[in-house]
Amino acid sequence: MSQSYNRGLIEDFGRWKEFSAGMWAWIFHKFTGWMLIGYLFTHIAVLSTSIGAAGNEAAIMAESDVYTTTLQGLEGLFLIRLLEVGLLAVAVFHILNGLRLLMVDLGVGLEAQDKSFYASLVLTGAITVASVPTFLTGVSL
Amino acid sequence: MSTQQAEPESQEAPEDPEMKGAESPAAEEQKGGGMVEEHAEKEAELEGETVHIKVFRYDPEVADKQEPRFDDFHVPFTKGMTVLDSVMYARDEYDSSLTFRHSCRQAVCGSDAFFVNGKQRLGCKTQISDLEQPVRIEPLPHQEVVKDLVVDMDHFYDQMHAVEPYFQDEDTPETDALEEQRQSPENREKIKMSSRCIWCGACMSSCNIAAGDNEYLGPAAINKAYKFAMDDREGEEIKEHRLRILEQEHGVWRCQTQFSCTEVCPKDIPLTEHIQELKREAVKKNLKFW
Ligand code: SF4
Ligand code: FES
Repeated sequence: MSQSYNRGLIEDFGRWKEFSAGMWAWIFHKFTGWMLIGYLFTHIAVLSTSIGAAGNEAAIMAESDVYTTTLQGLEGLFLIRLLEVGLLAVAVFHILNGLRLLMVDLGVGLEAQDKSFYASLVLTGAITVASVPTFLTGVSL
Repeated sequence: MSTQQAEPESQEAPEDPEMKGAESPAAEEQKGGGMVEEHAEKEAELEGETVHIKVFRYDPEVADKQEPRFDDFHVPFTKGMTVLDSVMYARDEYDSSLTFRHSCRQAVCGSDAFFVNGKQRLGCKTQISDLEQPVRIEPLPHQEVVKDLVVDMDHFYDQMHAVEPYFQDEDTPETDALEEQRQSPENREKIKMSSRCIWCGACMSSCNIAAGDNEYLGPAAINKAYKFAMDDREGEEIKEHRLRILEQEHGVWRCQTQFSCTEVCPKDIPLTEHIQELKREAVKKNLKFW
């Protein structure tokens, strides 16, 4: 009779150095997916609590409505700007890899699935770097 | 690390010059020109050396092997030596209790899939000179280990049989009306790759979905089903029956296109591609609601 023994993480994530492209694509896709869901809820929480001045013309004119001040306050933080860059990177990768997966589902170019994964990575990197000046202008450290 | 192994570093290297070049490993032929040169270079480097292999040992029935461990062996290198050759040498010369399956030694029987340097490979199809040393040789992950490199394949075979891996015909004609069932060359071409499976189980072992979902049919079984579902000689009804098996919860939809199976298959079967095609077939079947 066979008996099992526990090789633990060695069988799975302990082998991360040996993962191939398709496996990394899968991991990153899951990870970015969860990040985007997490962001969505944070986003809803921030907006729904800062909407107090909605419809209050006077407050908006006086530039003292909660919404604007909250956002201005947040945007003034370096950390928030950095997180925005991160959010962009996460979203861009998820979109690009999503397109890659669409092709895989349609059975197009499966031999090149590793190359298309690397392409998504490179493109994500390029777009993220290009976005830095826009996201980080006018913020003091 | 074992204590009971003799480790003859350089002694008894059977360097028979006549034997050199006698073997021409299939793996070598498949590679492009540059690869062959590189391979030859590495082989020349190893000439007269010993290769260091670390082999997984475990045996629930032997007291000092109940705790899994790695044993080191230093095997004299010979030209064209495969991973299987190296463990066979270690077994024949150093430790006769070293256990593993093998039979054909030419990538046909599918019995010697091991986990070599972190990847599922066929021992007899993997040149040792292509690997980084020390070469770690372990039993296939995600399968129960019976002893040393031998894993329990029952579950894998069960999944293979679950897809009814045999030709079926709705209306086999009575007695003397029986005639040859010809397949068109195009159709043969379509299922050609899928028919190459040697049931080695490497794909199943590499799939982390299969590891997490024991009922998942797995790449090999789905590929086997593909071979028959795509065969034109089987009628529509049987194809639908096959798709009904495949589209179940633990069928084709479990695949998350990680490409791990395609990556390791020693027969280069485009497994992910076949699974994806069956997904589309399943959707098409269900969209036919008229
Ligand atoms: S599909 Fe390839 S890896 Fe899987 S059992 Fe068959 S030959 Fe082995
Ligand atoms: S010994 Fe038969 S496949 Fe390797």
